[in-house]
Amino acid sequence: MRYGLLLSVLIGAATLGGCTEGVLDPKGPIAAAERQILFNSLGIMLAIVIPTILATLGAAWWFRASNRRARYMPDFAYSGRLELLVWSIPIMTVLLVGGVAWVGSHDLDPPKPIASAVKPVRVQVVSLDWKWLFIYPEQGIASVNQLTVPVDTPVSFELTSSSVMNSFWVPQLGGQIYTMAGMTTRIHLQADHPGTYRGASANYSGEGFADMRFNVDAVPAEQFAQWVNTTRSAGPALDAQAYADLVKPSKAVAPVTYRSIAPGLFASILSSTMQADGLSQLTSVTSQRTGQ
Amino acid sequence: MNLLGKLSWSAIPFDQPIVMGASGGMILGIVFVLGLVTLKGYVPYLWREWITSVDHKRIGVMYLVLAMLMLLRGFSDAIMMRAQLAVAAGGAQGYLPPEHFDQIFSAHGTIMIFFVAMPLVIGLMNFAVPLQLGIRDMAFPTLNSVSLGLTASGILLTNVSLFIGEFAKTGWVAYPPLSELQFSPGVGVDYYLWSLQISGVGTLLTGINFVTTILKTRAPGMSYMRMPVFCWTALASNLLIVAAFPVLTAALSMLLLDRYLDFHFFSVDAGGNAMMYVNLFWVWGHPEVYILVLPAFGIYSEVSATFSGKPLFGYRSMVAATMVICVLAYTVWLHHFFTMGASANVNAFFGVASMIIAVPTGVKIFNWLFTMYGGRVRFTVPVLWTIGFMVTFVLGGLTGILLAVPPVDWQMHNSVFLVAHFHHVIIPGVVFAAFAGYTYWFPKAFGFKLDERWGRRAFWCWFIGFHVAFMPLYVLGLMGMTRRLQHYDVLAWHPWLLVAAAGVAIIFAGIVCQIVQLVVSIGAREELRDVTGDPWNGRTLEWSTASPPPAWNFAVLPRVAERDAYWTMKRLARAKQGEPAQAREYSAIELPNSSAIGLVTAFFAVVGGFALIWHIWWMAAFGVFGAFVALIVFAFRDEDEVEIPAERIGQFERMHKAEVTL
Repeated sequence: MRYGLLLSVLIGAATLGGCTEGVLDPKGPIAAAERQILFNSLGIMLAIVIPTILATLGAAWWFRASNRRARYMPDFAYSGRLELLVWSIPIMTVLLVGGVAWVGSHDLDPPKPIASAVKPVRVQVVSLDWKWLFIYPEQGIASVNQLTVPVDTPVSFELTSSSVMNSFWVPQLGGQIYTMAGMTTRIHLQADHPGTYRGASANYSGEGFADMRFNVDAVPAEQFAQWVNTTRSAGPALDAQAYADLVKPSKAVAPVTYRSIAPGLFASILSSTMQADGLSQLTSVTSQRTGQ
Repeated sequence: MNLLGKLSWSAIPFDQPIVMGASGGMILGIVFVLGLVTLKGYVPYLWREWITSVDHKRIGVMYLVLAMLMLLRGFSDAIMMRAQLAVAAGGAQGYLPPEHFDQIFSAHGTIMIFFVAMPLVIGLMNFAVPLQLGIRDMAFPTLNSVSLGLTASGILLTNVSLFIGEFAKTGWVAYPPLSELQFSPGVGVDYYLWSLQISGVGTLLTGINFVTTILKTRAPGMSYMRMPVFCWTALASNLLIVAAFPVLTAALSMLLLDRYLDFHFFSVDAGGNAMMYVNLFWVWGHPEVYILVLPAFGIYSEVSATFSGKPLFGYRSMVAATMVICVLAYTVWLHHFFTMGASANVNAFFGVASMIIAVPTGVKIFNWLFTMYGGRVRFTVPVLWTIGFMVTFVLGGLTGILLAVPPVDWQMHNSVFLVAHFHHVIIPGVVFAAFAGYTYWFPKAFGFKLDERWGRRAFWCWFIGFHVAFMPLYVLGLMGMTRRLQHYDVLAWHPWLLVAAAGVAIIFAGIVCQIVQLVVSIGAREELRDVTGDPWNGRTLEWSTASPPPAWNFAVLPRVAERDAYWTMKRLARAKQGEPAQAREYSAIELPNSSAIGLVTAFFAVVGGFALIWHIWWMAAFGVFGAFVALIVFAFRDEDEVEIPAERIGQFERMHKAEVTL
């Protein structure tokens, strides 16, 4: 019952703020499972925390010095039974929540693929100063500050950073993962409902951080195919020169799409070393910021 | 070669009215105070009795003064941030550009942790631990003064950055690669690093000092299991300092090597690995939480027992819980970065380990509850802070356990939910405790109590203000708001941020109440005077001596026969009432000499630190050399102790007795 009360309080609070986006309004299986874990853990703990608060206030008030009806026990300083109780209550609570945490960490492990009959879409994510680059290696296209994904299809993300750390977070689709230069992190997310969801960098990355956000457009599969075709037929190509321009620090960048990408772009960003195909500016990419 | 290194007139931000106003005000304030002190002729007194003092009580008070001043500075930062977010909604940019806003949140975190919470806790330990142990001073009194000097040096350098140059724009954790020279070419990160390195040495020395004091120099009969719980928590906290601070020093040193000598510990290129820094930082950072909160738990233990008129419930459990936390503190650091892609087993292990710390913490809460149970609880101001803490902290702990569940953390990490959580534990856990301790021990330090009425007002403002300021952040975090945003596009967040700003205003009212409380209490000190030395009917040894205690604390070292030593003594004394009092024999006491070495060290540390920040190499050499020479000169001193004759001690004791019986 307390559970339900809590749920309604939380959901009420969120709706009160006119909030239709956020962690409590998941639009995919990962975010939904994470919300469930949040509620489960909260419920387990509130069952003990609320009585503790009430007992604290109650004991303090009843045993106030002016209350002559309260029994004064000046030597009451030990009780084996109570000691057993005070150790076992938190132990049992932690046992329960610990179980939830253990199972949840494994079930929802970000690198673990989402079980689905549909073939996942691969997206390579690079955090730049201060915008997001999304590469679709299978489609050979890319976009900046806008991520388009098909609904009901797992999306398999590989992430890295061109410079400082950022964190890729789309609250309505699921938890975040860091992007770090020279390393790849992985996460799998999926949208169940078409819509536009807010994504952002969660880890502070410098001057342009506040505008380092993007929209996720979750669209039906056919529309996604259409979007891929449109993107392929228009816009600039993301070749070495275009990437060298893109990587320069810039703030509040409007979304752009690229009709093609240099082969092996993600791998070369990752290693910051160059293949012999003219992308050699990449090596100097990181040093450019020093000068500015 | 440029004699001033990177320093030039352009380092002073003449074009930024807010910064110039703030630093101008600060400088005027300092000049005003110095002028007043000089004109009134207080300088010799301050020099003799405070600045060169190696008395742990004086040093404790000076730590607290520093902490309170820095609380004002850190809180001003908070006001500016909340004001910025109250206006920078939609397309608006607010009144603080990112350049400035980023420095403010970095300074706020750094100052609040290192220069408010740490000196608050260390100051209270300095003041109370030797008194509670029934001894005359710390194991190394002069070293204590050097620790204070180094802490003050770090504080000074951080504040100088406001006026000359800039502070870090990296957040208080200063994660590389952002904090590397490549991405932060300015002096801000250097101010951060050298301030923390210098004050960190001071903190480490403090840790060594307390561990030695508590392990080696207790009053006769004060066995471990008779120590007040505050001393136990101080021991645990200082063991953590000794083990954890060198890790921070090492991590920051590596970052310094990266920045100054082109090393590649944490850089993007040449095989550097930034995650190494993140690990090292939190291997210090999580124990740091317990360095702060354990002594706070000690204060709550003392307060709840004293004002319930009962011994602390479950003393052994309390000690066990403290030491368990002390050990477990080292097993949880990874929960600060569940989002960096560790394997499921690693995440799950550290998640569960983090929760296990909640067990001893929960035990403590229940033990305070049962301490009040069957007591006669006097609702004094320290008790208000304690109960306020208990009901607030369990919820802060709850959100902490939520964040210890990795799948929840993936969603809530780096959001303002996290910001709400750590304020929810640190403010009630540390700040409320410090205020409780301040009110509790103030009459011991100065001989008169603080005004109750203004104390209550301060409490209610802080308590209500805290909830109004931070509960909205939980909601905002769930709505997807990340931390450290200089402006935001989601208009739905705006009302909640306005509420949070109002909360800060209420807390501000609380701070004003505290200032008024101090002024009013000093004005009414004759009415609030306590001549007994035991205004609260205390249980531990600090209440057995006069208030303020003489430099030697105890004329005769107390003999401890039981836990709650002074309570036992009072009970025995009552039993013996009527018997003729025996004339006491006093013998001479040797006390450590005052020494200016703390100030001298601080001077050279500031000079050296400032020079290193600005690459003024000759001056850096001067600072290091000067500190070394000072050490040599100090080591060759001829006299380091002064003898207090027995007559003077006897005279003081007789006067105190006469006052008490009046």
